Amino acid sequence: MTTPAEGLWRQLAPQTLARLVRTYGRERFDLCEDAVQEALLDAHRQWATDPPDDPRAWLVATARRRYVDRVRSDVRRRDREEREARLAAPLGDGTAGQGDDALLLLQLCCSPALPRSQQVALTLRAVAGLTTAQIANAYQLPETTIAQRITRAKRRLADTGALPRPDGDLERLAPVLDVLYVMSAEAHHTTSGAPARDADLAAEAIHLARLLHDAVPDSTEVAGLLALVLLTEARHPARVGPGGRLVPLDEQDRSRWDRALADEGLALLDAVTPGAAPGPYLLQACIAGLHASAPDAGSTDWTEISLLYALLEHVTEGRNPTITLNRIVAEAMVHGTGPALAALDRLEAAHPRLPRLDAVRAHLLERSGRTGDAAAAYRRAVAATVNVAEQRHLRERLRRLGQAGARPDPTPDVRGGEA
Amino acid sequence: MKYVILMQVDPAVLEQLTEEQQQMIGDGHTAFMAATKESGEFIATQALGDPSRSKVVRSVGGRPEVTDGPFVEAKEFMGGFYLLDVEDEARAVELATQIPDARIPGLALEVRPVVFADLGDG
Repeated sequence: MTTPAEGLWRQLAPQTLARLVRTYGRERFDLCEDAVQEALLDAHRQWATDPPDDPRAWLVATARRRYVDRVRSDVRRRDREEREARLAAPLGDGTAGQGDDALLLLQLCCSPALPRSQQVALTLRAVAGLTTAQIANAYQLPETTIAQRITRAKRRLADTGALPRPDGDLERLAPVLDVLYVMSAEAHHTTSGAPARDADLAAEAIHLARLLHDAVPDSTEVAGLLALVLLTEARHPARVGPGGRLVPLDEQDRSRWDRALADEGLALLDAVTPGAAPGPYLLQACIAGLHASAPDAGSTDWTEISLLYALLEHVTEGRNPTITLNRIVAEAMVHGTGPALAALDRLEAAHPRLPRLDAVRAHLLERSGRTGDAAAAYRRAVAATVNVAEQRHLRERLRRLGQAGARPDPTPDVRGGEA
Repeated sequence: MKYVILMQVDPAVLEQLTEEQQQMIGDGHTAFMAATKESGEFIATQALGDPSRSKVVRSVGGRPEVTDGPFVEAKEFMGGFYLLDVEDEARAVELATQIPDARIPGLALEVRPVVFADLGDG
């Protein structure tokens, strides 16, 4: 059966849902979602043989019919039938207000009435179009947990007040930005293994970030987030090597970066008023911008990058040890591997199971010529990760290390410091 | 008849694989999954984390006690498995020979019959 590309579904489903929620109200979110699901099934059945001229208008019309059918067939709601049926208003021109609808849905899902975990789950499902299984995979949680979060979020939304409008209140925007960031990160780092990018999810994150930036042009954090997702996407062509292999930043062929996307991101950063108090996304975008401006890893402004990471640690109040890890990497480029390795030991004492710590240590040991120690650290790093692509990358480094000189320890200590 | 094919791996062997060999193994598993799904013999497959991530729960003085590390310390360990529904043992073995690990010295496939299975909703 021929069906539209996954991307089209992912784009159309949230748009259709947004249309219905806007028409019938958030207290009918569940019913709207069911109706959209049924309409999508109808589309799967019919479009193969009879594709519509305007898929979006077709879906909205079908979902509305399905919605009305559902309301009608529900005996307990019979008394509401007439009122609900009247809501099936005639279609507009099918193009107006798409951006508004998507933003509205995004802000609705990120309503301050919801706890953070529910906001993220609901947005990834309703706006980004991820399945419950995909979200569960991204967060390494059971599917039932995610399903519960989504259900509770919808129930709570139905109980709360008026629809929010896009505004510049940073407190309200924060969860929206977080969710867009998660979408972009998930698109570029598929948790289950292969580093292959989820192109549709990446595109949707950029699309939504652009809409948000248009709606709130004065927010430096929104501009920073948009720049960050653009600069991340720009690196993609060089990030995945032959056969889906992961290529780390310092080995990437930078001529393959998407210059148009990178330049757009850099221009956004230039436009942000200098002197504005920088938030976490703007700072991360500035770091990505420094990478994007450097022709290779060696000529990167590592001093500036380590200062930006230090600032990022400060504004996030040291809550995220991965930021510290990244600062140590940058400082190693400036001050050498000795102080960096000592800093890693201190970080490990505070965060014994920090992901990537042994991988960073292995790289630093390799650079300082301590081949045997590097090999042991690579083995611990391979053992610690559950990401197949990362395992493969680390094993490859380990193999190259073995070829370069000192043979690996004949009795590899695979258990290492993890136990 | 259900069989599991256990993939026995040795980290010292895995880290010596060239990129081409890793590629061959990855592509081979993709093709194997596609073929056994097509034939209806595929039920499930899982790749497991390193045994250093294991916790072992066992009775100590009549009470369950949790310790870090694998049940058996060994150079080789089970890296993952395929669960298949096949005609007979001969077919299970035939399928095992099609798994790319069968062509890498130091890796091995172990075929064992399943005597009880509850696959939940799956």
